[in-house]
Amino acid sequence: MSLSAYFIAFTGILKREFLRFLHQRTRFLSALVRPLLWLVVFAAGFRAALGVSIIPPYETYITYETYILPGLCCMILLFNGMQGSLSMVYDREMGSMKVLLMSPLPRPWLLFSKLVAIALLSLAQVYAFIGLGWLVDVEPPLVGLLTALPALLLTALMLGAIGLFLSSRIRQLENFAGVMNFVIFPMFFMSSALYPLWKMRESSEWLYWVCSLNPFTHAVELVRFALYAEFNGQACLITLATTVVFTVLALMGFRAEQVARPKKG
Amino acid sequence: MGIEVEGLSFHYGSRKALNDVSFQLESGRLNALLGPNGAGKSTLYALLTQLYSLQSGDIRLDGVPTRRQPRALKQTLGVVFQQSTLDPDLSVLQNLEYHGALHGLSPKQVRQQAESLLAELGLADRLKDSIRSLNGGHRRRVEIARALLHRPSILLLDEATVGLDTAARQAINRHVRGLCQQHQLTVLWATHLIEEIEPDDPVLILHQGRLLTQGRAQDLCAQQGTHSLAETFEQLTGLKDTPPCH
Repeated sequence: MSLSAYFIAFTGILKREFLRFLHQRTRFLSALVRPLLWLVVFAAGFRAALGVSIIPPYETYITYETYILPGLCCMILLFNGMQGSLSMVYDREMGSMKVLLMSPLPRPWLLFSKLVAIALLSLAQVYAFIGLGWLVDVEPPLVGLLTALPALLLTALMLGAIGLFLSSRIRQLENFAGVMNFVIFPMFFMSSALYPLWKMRESSEWLYWVCSLNPFTHAVELVRFALYAEFNGQACLITLATTVVFTVLALMGFRAEQVARPKKG
Repeated sequence: MGIEVEGLSFHYGSRKALNDVSFQLESGRLNALLGPNGAGKSTLYALLTQLYSLQSGDIRLDGVPTRRQPRALKQTLGVVFQQSTLDPDLSVLQNLEYHGALHGLSPKQVRQQAESLLAELGLADRLKDSIRSLNGGHRRRVEIARALLHRPSILLLDEATVGLDTAARQAINRHVRGLCQQHQLTVLWATHLIEEIEPDDPVLILHQGRLLTQGRAQDLCAQQGTHSLAETFEQLTGLKDTPPCH
């Protein structure tokens, strides 16, 4: 097939994800309300209890709301990545995955297109959230909105790839609740999204190490630095490596038999 | 375009779903695949559509094994699955555009094709309607239009009329037969309803993963010395719950 066929398929997949997203308005609302609650309510309570010292990339004392903004942006990406995974499991259960797999284009291209589509939708939600944050005086530097874009995209791809990998392993929709308990919550809470790692180290050395090994921590730090027009090489490398590993695992996991079990008949 | 299956076997773990199945579809005809639930029809379709990888045996397209050119078969095939695969959140046109895009068709090409296909199926005015607003028969027609969108030469229908009322079933059956005549489309029509098969149709009877017999419906009856395909089916499979027809 011609190169244009690849492009047409990519835009077709992107359009379908976008249209489905438009039909699920509550999904968009919850994607914004969840981090907003953290930013407005949770942060208000914790601001007094949790002092944040001057740590890179910040050059002065910052409010707790400012500290958690990158983490909440990544939280949106995390939930969207897992939502993408859920929609893949749903598509498989409902049979619409077969439409995708019947395409004469290579399966890795189709899955990659799906991954990018999920990532781009997530980015739109992150920027909408940052816009809302502005209304409650959480204002990252304007240039940061631009410099954070590649970091956010890479993070969205990493979390989307983890989601795709999980969806290739989850056999039934009912098992998806486990993803919430065993993936989303540990990944989010055992990271630097809500508190700096040195704080974590003060209370528990082993927890500190768990958080340090969590790829989500590095994604958050990558975004945090990028929001201040700074590059965190180590975080970028770990996020990139995690993206590659999980993309390969997801592609391997999407063998035909695993995604399109026909009914016995 | 000819499709040929040779020595196809498939296992789900230790359970054998297909056992050494071989046949050749008659080009430009509606080939009926008759079998009760659990006969292996859907497994056969999953192999023909490459949703499952071949374990043993071969599928040939114009004499060339599809293992050698797997994508060529997908370009040639249009498929209507037993379970609806339309996205209920999208409109008819949006579903068709999605399928078209996956086959490299631009939205403009899809629209041109879709309008004529849906007109033939009596759904010209439903292009922008949501799938949720369509009844079962209309949804099936949309699936047929979608399967024909990329101009395949072979159409596979896996129990496409299951769950529909008699009128809707007959309308779809008539339309598909018309496609065979007008466009020389080769159709494999899986069903467990004998009344959907005409005496002159090439028939394959599948039971417990084995192809019991194949030939024209009327010839099979003559061979078995029966008066109807239902009797032939009953004699070959030992099952009595399939409704009679002719």
